[in-house]
Amino acid sequence: MRELALAVLTLALVACEKKSTVETPPAGDQKQAAKAGGAESDVILIGEVGSLTGSEAAFGISTRNGVDLAIEEANEAGGVKGKKLAVRVYDDQSKPEEAASAVTRLLTQDKVKLILGEVASSNSLAMAPKAQAAKVPMISPSSTNPTVTEVGDYIFRVCFIDPFQGYVMAKYAREELKFNTAAILKDVKSAYSVGLTEVFERKFTEMGGKVVGTEAYSKGDSDFRAQLTALKKLKPQGLYIPGYYNDVGAIAQQAEELGLKTVMMGGDGWDGPPLFELGGKAIEGSYVSNHYSAEDPSPIVQNFIKKYQERFKVVPDSLAALGYDSARVGIEAMKRAPSLDGPALREAIAATKEFPGVAGTITLNAKRDAEKPAVVLQVKDGKFHYVATVKP
Amino acid sequence: MYSFVQHILNGLAAGTVYALVALGYTMVYGVLKLINFAHGDVMMVGVYVGYAVAYAVGRALWGEWYVAVLVFGVAMLACALIGLAIERFAYRPLRERPRLTALITAIGISFAISYSFQLDLSVHAFGRELTVLPGAASRGFPDIITRTVWMQLGSDDDGIKIWNWQVLSFGIALALMVGLQFLVFKTRFGRAMRAVSFDHRVAALMGIPVDRVIAFTFALGSALAATAGILYAIKDRKIEPLMGLMVGLKAFVAAVIGGIGHVPGAVVGALALGLCEEFVAGYTSSSWRDAVAFGFLIVVLLLRPEGLFGRVQAEKV
Repeated sequence: MRELALAVLTLALVACEKKSTVETPPAGDQKQAAKAGGAESDVILIGEVGSLTGSEAAFGISTRNGVDLAIEEANEAGGVKGKKLAVRVYDDQSKPEEAASAVTRLLTQDKVKLILGEVASSNSLAMAPKAQAAKVPMISPSSTNPTVTEVGDYIFRVCFIDPFQGYVMAKYAREELKFNTAAILKDVKSAYSVGLTEVFERKFTEMGGKVVGTEAYSKGDSDFRAQLTALKKLKPQGLYIPGYYNDVGAIAQQAEELGLKTVMMGGDGWDGPPLFELGGKAIEGSYVSNHYSAEDPSPIVQNFIKKYQERFKVVPDSLAALGYDSARVGIEAMKRAPSLDGPALREAIAATKEFPGVAGTITLNAKRDAEKPAVVLQVKDGKFHYVATVKP
Repeated sequence: MYSFVQHILNGLAAGTVYALVALGYTMVYGVLKLINFAHGDVMMVGVYVGYAVAYAVGRALWGEWYVAVLVFGVAMLACALIGLAIERFAYRPLRERPRLTALITAIGISFAISYSFQLDLSVHAFGRELTVLPGAASRGFPDIITRTVWMQLGSDDDGIKIWNWQVLSFGIALALMVGLQFLVFKTRFGRAMRAVSFDHRVAALMGIPVDRVIAFTFALGSALAATAGILYAIKDRKIEPLMGLMVGLKAFVAAVIGGIGHVPGAVVGALALGLCEEFVAGYTSSSWRDAVAFGFLIVVLLLRPEGLFGRVQAEKV
């Protein structure tokens, strides 16, 4: 038995130890990174932290593609202040602690001028205090938790925030779908999910609906039957699942298997290609709030989709669109700023007004959040289809 | 009432998967006194092999019984080979070293496998893009078994459904448990396994091919892991390179609860663990699930350090 105790102890140690794995920049960026390292003065270096591996890898990869596209376009158009732009990406394995060490490395070792990232709010929250302390502006493409930009005046985002997203879904469920009862299944490990849950619950109740039950899971679980069985008893008309695509797909499948008949609703976290592979038919008919729809006919959106498809062979999801927007907001501010020092660049970003982003026109408010409308999409035939726009 | 029965059913389904993984753990431990922490990751590799086979066969044939047999067969074979390779190159050179060395190596192999599977790597061969390593994103396991309701209790809205794959998994787990028990206690090879387990040096002096016995044990354990993995993937559908870590750990807990090295003990421990987790998640909060699972382990180890079915071994001083 002594060996067994030793084994358990070793395992616990290893579990702590594995957090400090060193990240490797993806192959595609090594060339750029090497170039940037070689001739620092000709290149403006932008840092990006993203979940290129781990549970939310699809988010990080889409965002990186969007950022890459924006940087390439800016370089083709002559760069900024006569210099070319380069981006250095570090992977955070979808973990906050890795995101924190990656951003430290970008700030102290690579001395980047601007930081882009992260998608998940929990990871952005780990990064923001470091960027704030170093006085280097950070733009999160798609972290919707309100506390992210509250960290300090160097932290920005180009997306709307959770209260708005929760409000959009509560309003749509109550006014358009006419639901009287709803239940919630939230991911307790994610600041995003907890934030959306709070607002949805409050708004739905204020509008006269009743939240009959709330259950929780932890990111990375694969068996949700216990919670779903408990929710089935309550017979909710709608089930709000503000989680991420990989969990939601499995949840939908298991709900169907257990005979839980309800309409599922979610947020932008559903938007990843594996959702349809995982969820299959079980996900059909669900509603989500999101940043943009690929069905939007406006030229700026269609133009972006065309270029993105040529480059990456897939239809961009909202994370790609927001990654693209975040980089463009940053680049545009660099052009306007008198110098690329932290304080000057910060002022320039803060002054962003009526910027024509792919995912809506961006005006940054006093809280450094973007104010813009959200769209409601419905899953039909394995795709998201546009159903409504909800304004702030 | 129905939801209570449903909880039991869910718990048994989860327990079945733990049981199959725990059988592999317990077998290797029984023979080698080595906790093979890479076992869960071998399982994960089996799942991805099954995934690849299912897609190679083509979506049109999913649901045919021979496709399911092929998926299981190829995955088991692949895992058996991986098990053999791990044993030959990582554990055998360390066999005469302190046991802790092999244990740490096992943890190293576990991470090497699960993290290398998070890389995206594809090569261009035979005129098409072939994925070598799958990358980190979750994927959905193909429906190689057409899901049908085996038995329904109550109405559609208020009642429970027992699915064919649940019955199948449970049947396979029980059959494998009985088969293993037979192998260990009723066959010549089983006697050799027990002899090696007792003392491999003395066993070697008696003319037992120790290396071959151990290698076969690893191959068998790894093939079991592949079966477990595919049944797990059929159950929960979501597969990812890190899926083996938690299941492996839970199965290890189950094996210890049942008395590590004891075949029926592993199955009983696993089913108990599955039910315990299900009731905790269903009636209190899912956040407590893992805490209770590992708390259960601590309580069992405190009260019965040898596990529920384990035999007390006097230690020579």
